[in-house]
Amino acid sequence: MTVPSPTLERALRRRRSRPAWKEQPSLGLSLAKLLLLGGFAVAIAVPILVVVSTSLADNEQLIRSGGYVLWPERPTLDAYRALLTGPLMFRALGVSVFITVVGTLLALFVTITMAYATSRPVLFGRPVLMAVLFTLLFAPGLIPSFLMVRQLGLLDTIWSLILPGIFGAFNFVVMRAFFMNIPREVIESAQMDGCSDWQILWRIVLPLSKAVVAVVGLFYAVGFWNSFFNAMLYINDQDLWPVQLILRNYVIQGTQVAADQLGVAVTAPPQSLKMAVVVIALAPICMLYPFLQRHFTKGVITGAVKG
Amino acid sequence: MPVTTRPPSGLAAPPDGAPTVRPAQDGTSRPPVPWRTRLRNDRQMLLMMVPGVAFLLLFFYVPILGNVIAFQDYQPYLGIRESEWVGLDNFIGLFDDPDFLNAFSNTLYLAAWQLVFFFPIPLLLAVAVDSLVSGRMRRWFQSVVYLPHFLSWVLVIALFQQLLGGAGLVNNALRHLGADAIPFMTNPDTFPLLVVAQLVWKDAGWAMIIFLAALASIDTSLYEAAAADGAGRWRRLWHITLPALRPVIVLLLILRIGDILSVGFEQFILQRDAVGAQAAEVLDTFTYYSGVVGGGWSVGTAAGLFKGLIGLVLILGANKLAHTFGEAGIYQKRAS
Repeated sequence: MTVPSPTLERALRRRRSRPAWKEQPSLGLSLAKLLLLGGFAVAIAVPILVVVSTSLADNEQLIRSGGYVLWPERPTLDAYRALLTGPLMFRALGVSVFITVVGTLLALFVTITMAYATSRPVLFGRPVLMAVLFTLLFAPGLIPSFLMVRQLGLLDTIWSLILPGIFGAFNFVVMRAFFMNIPREVIESAQMDGCSDWQILWRIVLPLSKAVVAVVGLFYAVGFWNSFFNAMLYINDQDLWPVQLILRNYVIQGTQVAADQLGVAVTAPPQSLKMAVVVIALAPICMLYPFLQRHFTKGVITGAVKG
Repeated sequence: MPVTTRPPSGLAAPPDGAPTVRPAQDGTSRPPVPWRTRLRNDRQMLLMMVPGVAFLLLFFYVPILGNVIAFQDYQPYLGIRESEWVGLDNFIGLFDDPDFLNAFSNTLYLAAWQLVFFFPIPLLLAVAVDSLVSGRMRRWFQSVVYLPHFLSWVLVIALFQQLLGGAGLVNNALRHLGADAIPFMTNPDTFPLLVVAQLVWKDAGWAMIIFLAALASIDTSLYEAAAADGAGRWRRLWHITLPALRPVIVLLLILRIGDILSVGFEQFILQRDAVGAQAAEVLDTFTYYSGVVGGGWSVGTAAGLFKGLIGLVLILGANKLAHTFGEAGIYQKRAS
C-alpha cells in the first residue's frame, strides 16, 4: 500500500468514453448486462428500502398492505420514539456506542504503535512481526479464547466486548505497509534534530498517515459496531447487550420482549418496532459508508494489488 | 524488508575497533552495534511494542497453549493443572461422534457450494462492470453493491428473514395470490442455496473490487492491437482479460482453499435454530454447541484444534502449490 499511486488512480479513472477500437455492444449483450448488474443492485437495495419504509409506516397502511410497505405514505417516527424511550434499546445503543468508540480508539493506539515499531529496524522487530503474521494463519480457537476471557475475569463486563478485538493483523499489515513507505530521510532528519521516537511518531509519522489511520479506524469501528457473537458468548446480563444482540434475539429469534422494556410511551405497531431495530443497527454503517468508500478505493485496492 | 541495525543516535558513538563491518541490505555499511546499546537506543520503540505484544500473548499465544485441554478430560472446577490427561481419546472420540461427522461433512459440502456458486460471481460482475463505458453508472453500481459488506451477519439474516421468512414480504405476496408459502428460510434441503444467496448478497460486490483493480491495470494497447488484428470481444476476453486476471484468481482460490473449513460462523449460528442442526451444523458451531453450551470443553476444543491444524496445513500446502505453478502466492520469500 502506498500514498495513493497516481498511475493506479488514473487507470481506475480512464476509459470514460468508448475507445475507437471497441465495438458497440449488440442489443442482446446490453440487455444481459443490464439485467445482471441492474438486477443485482436492485436485489441489494430493495430489502433495505422495504425495511426503512416499514419502520416509518403508520399502522393503517401496514395493515392494508399486509405487513410491509415499499414507501410510507404518512411517514411517522413513532416506532423510533417508542424504542428510544424504552430502557432496553436505549441502553443497548449506549453499550454499542461505548464499545465502538472506546474500542476503536484503543485499537488504533495498539495498532499504530505496533505497526510503527515493527516498520523500523529495531531490536526484536523481526520476531514480533513474525508473531503477528502467524495470527493470520492460525486461530487459537473458540474455547481456549473463552477460557482466557473467563480467567481474566472479564465475563459479563463490557471489556469482554472490547479487549479481544483491539488488534487485527490485517489492519496491522495495512498500517505497517503505509509506514514503511514514509521516506527514511524524513525520520532520520527528525532523529538528528533530537526527536524521541514517540515524538517522531506523533509529530512526523501520524500527520503523514491521516488517510491510513482513517481507513483502519473505520474498519475497526465497523467491526466493533457489528460484533455480536462476543456478546452472545461473554455476556449474560441483559443490561450489557449491544444493539446487534437485541436485533438477533428480538427480530431473528422472535423472542417476546416485555412492553415496558421496549417502550410503551408511544404505541407503534410491532412490525414497525422490529424494522426500527433493524434500521438502528443499519444507520451508523450507512452514515460511515461515504467516508469508508472514499478511503477504501484508495487504500484497500492499492494494498491488495501490491500485496 | 531490510534487516539493518538502527543508525546510532547522536550520543552513542559507533564503538571503536568493531571487528567486522557487515554490509547492510540497503547498500550502506555500518559497524554492528552492541546489544546493550541497541536496547538503550530502542527502548522507546520497544515500549511501543508492549501493548501489541501483551495483546498477542493474552488473546492469542496463551490461548493457543490452552488448546492442551483437547488432550485432557477438562473439568472447569479442577482447572488445567488438575484435569486428567487422556491423550488422543478426544480426537478418536470425535470420529465416532455422528454429530461431529455430520458437522464435518456439512462443512465440506457447504464449502463446495460456496466455491462453485459464489466464487465465479464476483468475476462475472467485475468483467461486466469493467465493460461499462459510463463512469457515472459504474460509480453508482459500486456504491450500492459494496455497502452490504459492511453490514453485520445479524442484519443480513434479519433482512433475508423479513423478505423470505414465513411471514416475510415474498410469502405474504404468495399467500395474497392464493399460492402456498415457500419455506425459504427453514427448509434444510435448500439451505445451501440460501447460504450462497446470502453470501452473494453480502459479499459478491465487495469481492469484485480486487478483480476490478486487476482489470484496470491491463494495458489498453493490448486490446487495441488485438482489435486491430480482428479479435472480437469474446476473443479479447479469452486471450487478454482472463490471462491478466489469472494471478488474482489463483491467489483468491488459494486463500479460499486454505480457509475451506471456515464456511462462516455467524451465518450458521444465527440460522441453526431455524434450519436445524442436521443441515446447518458446521465445525465452528459444533465447537460452540458441544463445548460452551453442552459443557464438553475438551471435545469442543479438540474439534476446534482439528480444524485449525487442517487449515494451517491447507494454507501452507496451497501456497506451495501456487509457487510450483509459478504464481506469486500469498507470501513469498523476500530477497532479504
